[in-house]
Amino acid sequence: MQQHTISVLVNDQPGVLTRVATLFGQRGFNIDSITVGGTEEQGLSRMIISTGGDDRQINQLMKQLHKLIDVISVTNLSENPFVSRELALIKVTALPSQLAELNGIVEPFRAAIVDVGPSSLIVQVTGDTEKIDALLVLLQSYGVIELTRTGSVAMARSIVPATAAAMV
Amino acid sequence: MSVEMAELQKKNDIPPIQFGEEVTGAETLLRCLILEQVEYIFGYPGGAVLPIYDSLYGSYFKHILTRHEQGAIHAADGYARATGKPGVCIATSGPGATNLVTGIATAQMDSVPLVCITGNVAQSLIGTDAFQEANITGITIPITKHSYFVRDIRDLPRIVKEAFHIATTGRPGPVLIDIPKDVANAKAPFTYPDQVEIRGYRASLVPSDEEVHEFVKAVSEAKRPVILAGGGIIAAQAEKELRDFAEKTRIPVINTFMGLGGFPGTHELSLAMPGMHGNYTANQALLNADCVIGLGARFDDRITMGRTKEFAPKARIVHVDIDPAELGKNVETAVTVAGDVKSTLAKAIPLAKTCDSEAWINQLKEWREQYPYKYKKDGDVLKPQAVIELLYNSTDGEAIVTTDVGQHQMWTAQYYKFKHPRSFISSGGLGTMGFGFPAAIGAQIAHPDRTVISVVGDGGFQMTNQELAIVSQYNIPVKVAIVNNQCLGMVRQWQELFYDNRYSQIDLTCSPDFVKLAEAYGVKGLRASTPEEAEAVWAEALAHDGPVVVDFRVAQGENVYPMVATGNTLDQMELGDD
Repeated sequence: MQQHTISVLVNDQPGVLTRVATLFGQRGFNIDSITVGGTEEQGLSRMIISTGGDDRQINQLMKQLHKLIDVISVTNLSENPFVSRELALIKVTALPSQLAELNGIVEPFRAAIVDVGPSSLIVQVTGDTEKIDALLVLLQSYGVIELTRTGSVAMARSIVPATAAAMV
Repeated sequence: MSVEMAELQKKNDIPPIQFGEEVTGAETLLRCLILEQVEYIFGYPGGAVLPIYDSLYGSYFKHILTRHEQGAIHAADGYARATGKPGVCIATSGPGATNLVTGIATAQMDSVPLVCITGNVAQSLIGTDAFQEANITGITIPITKHSYFVRDIRDLPRIVKEAFHIATTGRPGPVLIDIPKDVANAKAPFTYPDQVEIRGYRASLVPSDEEVHEFVKAVSEAKRPVILAGGGIIAAQAEKELRDFAEKTRIPVINTFMGLGGFPGTHELSLAMPGMHGNYTANQALLNADCVIGLGARFDDRITMGRTKEFAPKARIVHVDIDPAELGKNVETAVTVAGDVKSTLAKAIPLAKTCDSEAWINQLKEWREQYPYKYKKDGDVLKPQAVIELLYNSTDGEAIVTTDVGQHQMWTAQYYKFKHPRSFISSGGLGTMGFGFPAAIGAQIAHPDRTVISVVGDGGFQMTNQELAIVSQYNIPVKVAIVNNQCLGMVRQWQELFYDNRYSQIDLTCSPDFVKLAEAYGVKGLRASTPEEAEAVWAEALAHDGPVVVDFRVAQGENVYPMVATGNTLDQMELGDD
């Protein structure tokens, strides 16, 4: 089963998220992550949905999504190069004396410590799923007290490069 | 008022409407319905819709007061299926609205245009679990084409306009408008938009020339082609195009259950119905075809038996459907056309050539003669199949027939040869018991001069038989034919075949005396237990100028054959014991 990232442009109406989520449940699809937010145009929202399935299943899912009256367009970002980011806040057990040591861990990830308490601190990290997973592995040894992550926001790249190596 | 609106009023003799006049939300709604050329409303009042019912008082509309909201929505559904126009029903909030749920799901499964209007508690009470509050828009999200909760009276005209547009265009379906009481009572100057603009909504799909060429090419190469014509033919009013296409190309036509009447069952190219209770020839045609052309048919599991790999194993499947989501959903297709069947066929007919299919047609004819629908006659015992044959012969196949769900439904589909579209009205997708009788009421209201027969079982009839009050009150001359085997026949059949004759909870011998029940409502009641009685009694029923209930007491143990058992493939048909 392949992972797909679907971008769905919808009318910013009450209940639209319910309609989309209901459709997934009704048709037997699983939502791995979903993010919703504003767009460049007032009155429209964009949903970024990560889900799994083979080509036939994803094709069917996109058609079903398009049937919803409040859905304006549906794009499978996974068909072309795209940029994907998620945000995570990770609360880690740590004393203030360990701050420098932890800074050394999070800096290569371009993450930041955004809150420090007497026995814990919060790390903020953005990036693709794999990067956040990698940082999490390193922080596990300190003891992760709480984790919250957004799911992906994503966008197709402006230029489709000749080779994947051109992507950063 | 626009020129178009003025013309509309003049043409349809509808009451004059003052634009710009300050009116309530309830009055706004009714004015919108007038401009949508709605004539009949099926409904049931209650607290949250009192403003609407107050506006209805003495109005232009013909309101049919059913005895249950389920009756109202099935009647609106029957009206819509019989006319192609949207059916309209009104229910109050909470239980009134939730009583519509089965009817909404029925219409959604069979792509029937409905506009369902529900009241709701005032917005200040929404979310407080107020008396008779239910989140009906939330409840019905999976079973509507679209739904609206009206927050502001100024949105109401646009919403009603959109609702009718959505319900009737593209793949038709039910749309719900939930109006809280404060919106119904609010006031605003009346306006109505001339046009609908819904960004992203594809109302109609005319296929490209390229798609049509590919379609024609695939079809013309076939030597054993067969058309699988579904309900989409009727929805698109494409029956003439289908007939022209089939006759020009010499391709036999199988009508799905929902497509019955879309191609005349009496035509030499007709193979009638396929699938679980379809006939031998139609199923053999699918098994041996080299090209199956699905036209407005969704290849559902009552036809494929869910065994999609073994379905039409020798065929390339060509599929035309207005709903792109149907293409490739259930079966793998070689050629697809996302488009309206009528415009696709209209474009295809001039390009199409006669197929080299005469040998195939002759083979199908042989099968048809060898394996017709048949049943064993048994002296004075009234067989249910004989009842349907009687209905067919007595009306020359010209009646509108509605059914409930069960054995009688399948016998009707088998033994009544439907010649015209919109003459067979039945709950195909959802299989809703209780549908047939109220649907007949809607169909009869739409066509007061035609014979409308409601074939029902003794089980399903008891789910909505309180609507006898309606046929009595409004003198709606529906002829109700109860195929009474004193049990839940289809359930009994499955218990006999798959549950070792363990007849769990199917005994309906303690049903009311249907003749007396009819008479209690002021409706003529008749009974027949033998073939001779059936003939005499049915003639009397047809001659009666008003509603009639005929209780046909039929053989109890009769099963529906042919049958493909669940889990089997189309080549594993049981043809019956005679």
